[in-house]
Amino acid sequence: MNWLLVIAGALVGAPLRHLTDRAVQLRLGPDAVLPWGTFTVNAAGSLALGLLTGAAAAGAAGERLELLLGTGLCGALTTYSTFSWETLRLAEDGSPLLAACNVLGSLAAGLGAMYAGVALGGALWG
Amino acid sequence: MSGHGSSGVGPTGPFPAGGDGRDGGPINWPTDMSDAPTPYPAAPYPAAPDRTTPDTRTPGPPRSPRAWRADVPVVAAVALGGALGASARYAAVLRWPAAADAFPWAVFWVNVTGCAVIGAFTVLVTEGTRAPHPLLRPFFGTGVLGGFTTFSAYALDVRRLHEAGEPLLALLHLAGTLTAAMAAVLLGSAAARRGLRARRRR
Repeated sequence: MNWLLVIAGALVGAPLRHLTDRAVQLRLGPDAVLPWGTFTVNAAGSLALGLLTGAAAAGAAGERLELLLGTGLCGALTTYSTFSWETLRLAEDGSPLLAACNVLGSLAAGLGAMYAGVALGGALWG
Repeated sequence: MSGHGSSGVGPTGPFPAGGDGRDGGPINWPTDMSDAPTPYPAAPYPAAPDRTTPDTRTPGPPRSPRAWRADVPVVAAVALGGALGASARYAAVLRWPAAADAFPWAVFWVNVTGCAVIGAFTVLVTEGTRAPHPLLRPFFGTGVLGGFTTFSAYALDVRRLHEAGEPLLALLHLAGTLTAAMAAVLLGSAAARRGLRARRRR
């Protein structure tokens, strides 16, 4: 049952990442300097996992919901592999400054979203 | 018109071969490949400007709503791969669980190995001489590896360690994962390029 929950969440999360990345690229056009699609899913997924964690700490979300939405959906929605690959591309293509911006921006946004999400989740469902 | 920009010069910005999110629709990948029988000349491996070449194989985002429909097999491949990758990550977390105040080795190694593999894989499919199946990159790169690795659990663990009164471990997790992941993707891609060069020489 737990496995099915993780799989069900990932079946939604992974294509959602793909489609979000596409939509962001479509909107920003080919000249965007940073990989904003991956930035977006990582920040959004961290916020969502934060909300869930806050709700779970307040007793409003159980273990099953954490497996479905946390391990499955948020886990598959966010990615470290694409993040590292895109950062490497920026650095190799002669933009170490942009690579550093991507790293610092992604970490700041992801962690900020996580802390804010937990606080907000606790406030909303606490 | 779902391909690259109108001019052939630097069409998709500074990361031409793209993250695996920009893989493409099945539409013009194969045709573009046939235009570029030997994308890379002999060794030594070309410097940055030449890397715009594989870009021709990475179609940009679809330009019309109708293009989304052609995207269905790609989305299905991503979903299937993502389910496999996430299951493997869940298995690792079950196998090596971490206490609330302990370093999350499972997520650390999941992310680091996923980064090493994506470095090697993406180089092989974008810089090799043979066209891969158009669904390979969506399935394995975007799906399996994207679903396997995770940023949200990484951020959660940093906060968890911080809240558990382990600020040093939190910082170590934050910086250690980043450093190891970047080293892994660099080593993975370098190893794949070396492999491709060796094969071409034969």
